[in-house]
Amino acid sequence: MSLENRVSDIIVNKLAVKRSEVKPEADFQNDLGADSLDLVELMMDFEDSFGLKISDEEAGKLATVGDVVNYLKEKGVEV
Amino acid sequence: MSRVAAVTGAARGIGLAIARELMADGWSVAACDILEDPLRQRAEELGEAFRPFVLDVTDEDQVGKTAREIRDSMGPVTGLVNNAGITRDTLMMRMGRADWDAVINVNLTGAFLMSKALSRGMMRARSGSIVNISSVVALLGGAGQVNYAASKAGLLGLTRSLCRELGARGIRVNAIAPGFIETEMTAELPEEVREGYAERIPLGRMGTPENVAGAVRFLLSDDSQYISGVVLPVDGGLTT
Repeated sequence: MSLENRVSDIIVNKLAVKRSEVKPEADFQNDLGADSLDLVELMMDFEDSFGLKISDEEAGKLATVGDVVNYLKEKGVEV
Repeated sequence: MSRVAAVTGAARGIGLAIARELMADGWSVAACDILEDPLRQRAEELGEAFRPFVLDVTDEDQVGKTAREIRDSMGPVTGLVNNAGITRDTLMMRMGRADWDAVINVNLTGAFLMSKALSRGMMRARSGSIVNISSVVALLGGAGQVNYAASKAGLLGLTRSLCRELGARGIRVNAIAPGFIETEMTAELPEEVREGYAERIPLGRMGTPENVAGAVRFLLSDDSQYISGVVLPVDGGLTT
């Protein structure tokens, strides 16, 4: 499974949105209806799934689905 | 599968009474305490539903590790009672920094670390109840107890803030403010303080650990489903 698909799975699962809505440009809060607590949980799920630590500062910059995928790639996350 | 609640400071005093009361109400209790010998002894007496975890609540790594152990061995935790507490009483002019730090670390920081470690599972479960054991001195103050009173008042801020943060996930957070309860801790209070309290209690007697435990059972149960963010005095009317 591709990195994009794994990230999508986590988002679909956490935010209870349709897979078709999870596009790279989709903003967690504005497009996918996440509140601040959802975002925290989402980041923690990414941390658990990909075995890394996302600092608050870094997490603050991850607004869209694409941001997360790019961030994980930069961190060298292998699928 | 029975519901799982973690209780800190469960080896004796109010914490032990809380553990017993919750067990009687059908909970399995993750009994946490830094005092290994009494904890193991209680575990032998009380059996399966009282699972001992030796834990220093001020050690973040230990707290995280224990939270995982509890979940893995007992199942999802939906109840947490932050009861662990110490005193280092002395008038402020004679209170050392170490006395201040020790009390704040155990009573307040410990509750923060435990809540943080265990609330994630509750968020997943969309259900949970946290009860912080504060004290009437949080409301009244106590001469010779600036550290203890500050830590217990701090728990009220923690309680109300967590109530707001976690409410959307179906997690309730409340505090109990016990008054003068007969335990080893209050046995150490100066005689004049004990008498002073006793005279001011409308019910005319000191409380028992079981009196506090009953209130905890209520706040962890579905009977209190719509109660969150409250500070419930269990003090015989002392603070009225």
